[in-house]
Amino acid sequence: MFPAEMLRQLTVSALCVCLVACEKESQVDRATREGILIMGNANDPKSLDLQVVTGVLDSNVMRSLFEGLVQFHPSDDLATPAGSALEVTPDETCTVWTVKLRQDAKWSDGHEVTAEDYAFAYERILTPDLAAKYAEMLYFVKGAEAFNKGETKDFSTVGLNIIDKWTFTMTLRGPTPYFRELLKHYTWYPVPKHVVLKHGTIGQIGNPWSKPANHVGNGPFRIKSYRRTDHIEVERNPYYWNAQNVPLNGIRFLPINNPYTEARMFRDGQIHVTYTAPAEVVDMMKKNHPSVLRQEPYFGTDLFRFNTTRKPMDDIKVRRALSMTLDRQALCENVYRGYVPPYGLTPPTRGYQPPADVKFDIAEAKKLFAEAGFPDGKGFPRLKLLVSSREAAATIGAATQAMWREHLGVEIEIEHKEWTAYLVAMQSLDFDICSGGWIGDYIDPLTFLEMWSPGNGNNNTGWVSQPFADKLAESFQLTDPSERYAKLKQAEQILLAEAPMAPVAWRSKNYLIHPSVKGWNPLLLDCHPYTSVRLVPRKKD
Amino acid sequence: MFKLLLSRFFQGLMTLFILVTLTFFLVRAMPGSPYTEEKAVPAHVLERMKAYTGLDKPLPTQYVRYLKNLIIHQDLGDLIKKDGVKVSEVIRDSFPVSLALGLASMSIALMVGIPAGVIAAVRKNTPVDFACLSFAMLGICLPSFVIGPLLAVFAGLRFESIHVAGWSSPTDWMLPAVTLGMINAAYLARLSRGGMLDVLNQDYIRTAKAKGVPGYKIIMRHALRGGLIPAVAFIGPAFASMISGSFVIETIFQVPGMGQHFVNAATDREFFLIQGLVLFYGFLIVAANLLADLAQIALNPRLR
Repeated sequence: MFPAEMLRQLTVSALCVCLVACEKESQVDRATREGILIMGNANDPKSLDLQVVTGVLDSNVMRSLFEGLVQFHPSDDLATPAGSALEVTPDETCTVWTVKLRQDAKWSDGHEVTAEDYAFAYERILTPDLAAKYAEMLYFVKGAEAFNKGETKDFSTVGLNIIDKWTFTMTLRGPTPYFRELLKHYTWYPVPKHVVLKHGTIGQIGNPWSKPANHVGNGPFRIKSYRRTDHIEVERNPYYWNAQNVPLNGIRFLPINNPYTEARMFRDGQIHVTYTAPAEVVDMMKKNHPSVLRQEPYFGTDLFRFNTTRKPMDDIKVRRALSMTLDRQALCENVYRGYVPPYGLTPPTRGYQPPADVKFDIAEAKKLFAEAGFPDGKGFPRLKLLVSSREAAATIGAATQAMWREHLGVEIEIEHKEWTAYLVAMQSLDFDICSGGWIGDYIDPLTFLEMWSPGNGNNNTGWVSQPFADKLAESFQLTDPSERYAKLKQAEQILLAEAPMAPVAWRSKNYLIHPSVKGWNPLLLDCHPYTSVRLVPRKKD
Repeated sequence: MFKLLLSRFFQGLMTLFILVTLTFFLVRAMPGSPYTEEKAVPAHVLERMKAYTGLDKPLPTQYVRYLKNLIIHQDLGDLIKKDGVKVSEVIRDSFPVSLALGLASMSIALMVGIPAGVIAAVRKNTPVDFACLSFAMLGICLPSFVIGPLLAVFAGLRFESIHVAGWSSPTDWMLPAVTLGMINAAYLARLSRGGMLDVLNQDYIRTAKAKGVPGYKIIMRHALRGGLIPAVAFIGPAFASMISGSFVIETIFQVPGMGQHFVNAATDREFFLIQGLVLFYGFLIVAANLLADLAQIALNPRLR
């Protein structure tokens, strides 16, 4: 019996091989024909509950399942096309915002999306018991921070007011002219009150409403199947208010952790869009298949943090000299492959240009170093540069080590640490110099500047500057965008002048994209609205 | 025999208990916690999360609670970084994949490794022997992260029927199984060659030859039984290791198996997942060793 069964299995396998061999159509070609976009997404999301997730790859899945009051524009970073709101309008001080919801918006189970769902979502994410890590994104709303920190249990103290079933207002803690931009972030999306409460309580951690079988969203797609570490597939949501204008029939997210595997899968016709493309793949694709390689500006900065609580990093001159001897052009060209040499911290946008205070000036650096008491690097202690085991950090560290040796005559030791150990060392200021980076949550310089304010948990340099904090505070009172940007620019100027960190590169998004994918344009946050993406089969030769 | 089994069973239980205890304390001795993230977690949120998982309690309390949940409720705990996912779910979802891959790899390893070793022993110091030994040495020296991508590029990208990675079509098991299987085949070839050479020099084999028993009968009936003992001893733990997944193979070929969780759980400080996986793996090793012991007893009457 056993050999017979084995023989049968072998025959079936051999037949499968023959059948698949006869099939010329690749997975991508078939998916294109079926209107299914296949995307590399690096990892599984932390959850399908959008109020407990935090990362970029989580956001990629969330944007398919949920929709906020405003949407991402397919080609304009700063535009805010209407989502499930018809209007989001401010008063003259940009402090009280009135939201009018569209009445045809529905959850994927057919229920209406109402103002109550939004109010419930905001109450839920701010509820201390839920321990939502990104709740602070809602601190722009008056009283939200106090409620989230448990200083009051009365949610009516939070600046949220339901006018009627389709209308509500939000009173913010101050003028926020860029509020529409904030609303694009998934923390401002609604959750279905009736579903969350059916499966648990408002502040319940691990509420099973987000299990695939129970999941309900208001986005253009809904969950079709989910197998951890294998795929998440979403299908067209028939209840979506604009369903007839959604070109895709579905999206398959593949949590491909290894970028080299991802690149091979792309070459093999298994995915439409990769999550990333490592440096070696960039070089190869540039040479052999340049049409599928994309290198686009991304709203992120790689930087070195200086521990200003340790000598000699407590001296501005030392920090500035080290920053000035970084040949960013060479690093971007030879190591990062396509990143942009920065002249400030915040990547430039249409509205905001950072001050041009980051430069490569060896003579000036030597002068500053001598003034700090280290002529030609003499007497300079042997410092450690902390790098993580991820990505290009080690290569960047080695290149930097050589630059500082050559230009300043100092020896820096590279200290590798595994990711979590690296984070612990960085957050406890157990380093001299530390490589790192930051990705903006929304398109505004504040997302890059606020972290350096005193007491902010992401500062990690020990640097405290009252003039910098004052400039930021002053910017919070301004409603005119150009005046506000000018104030933020002044704040950034202080930051760059005192150099508690040295920007190394403005990030680019390197990835591969199949020619059949249309409507996938360069976007600073890399948040592509799936409702604008189309798949066009290639013409047969 | 029964006494031996009983003794091995209790030894196994003790091993698992020590394993659980050591793992519990060692993972907590690593720097950082499951809540360490690039973007700092606000203090009040951290406090609430720790209270939810019980990680705010002193270590002995946590340990007693873990053992209680494990023994009384058979609960391995929840993942900390993935919302609402149980450790048992992760094992339940990923183990069948690793098991299927492990079985396929083991079949390849056995079908290639043992015949190669036996042939090499029988044709000692001939080109056949050198070829088998070279193959075995290559398999042992080349790590899977070299063989895997090479196979993916040379087979996956050339033949439309074979995908470079993934676990969705019927042929997707081929490349990972071949990679994993060839490495183990190399070890098996060397072990069975060594074992066979020992046996082939024994008096009873010489007697059989003198009596005019045909060569293939000597090998199949008399030599194989004793000659494969070293290989059988290796198969037990190797099989346990294969079916519990391989991080490298799973990452290279995008296989949703259990191996990747071992490494990712350690990097992410997923305490309960590490503990659960180590316990499960420990159980497999203990069981596989027990089976290997039984197989050896069956093969070698002197051990009875």
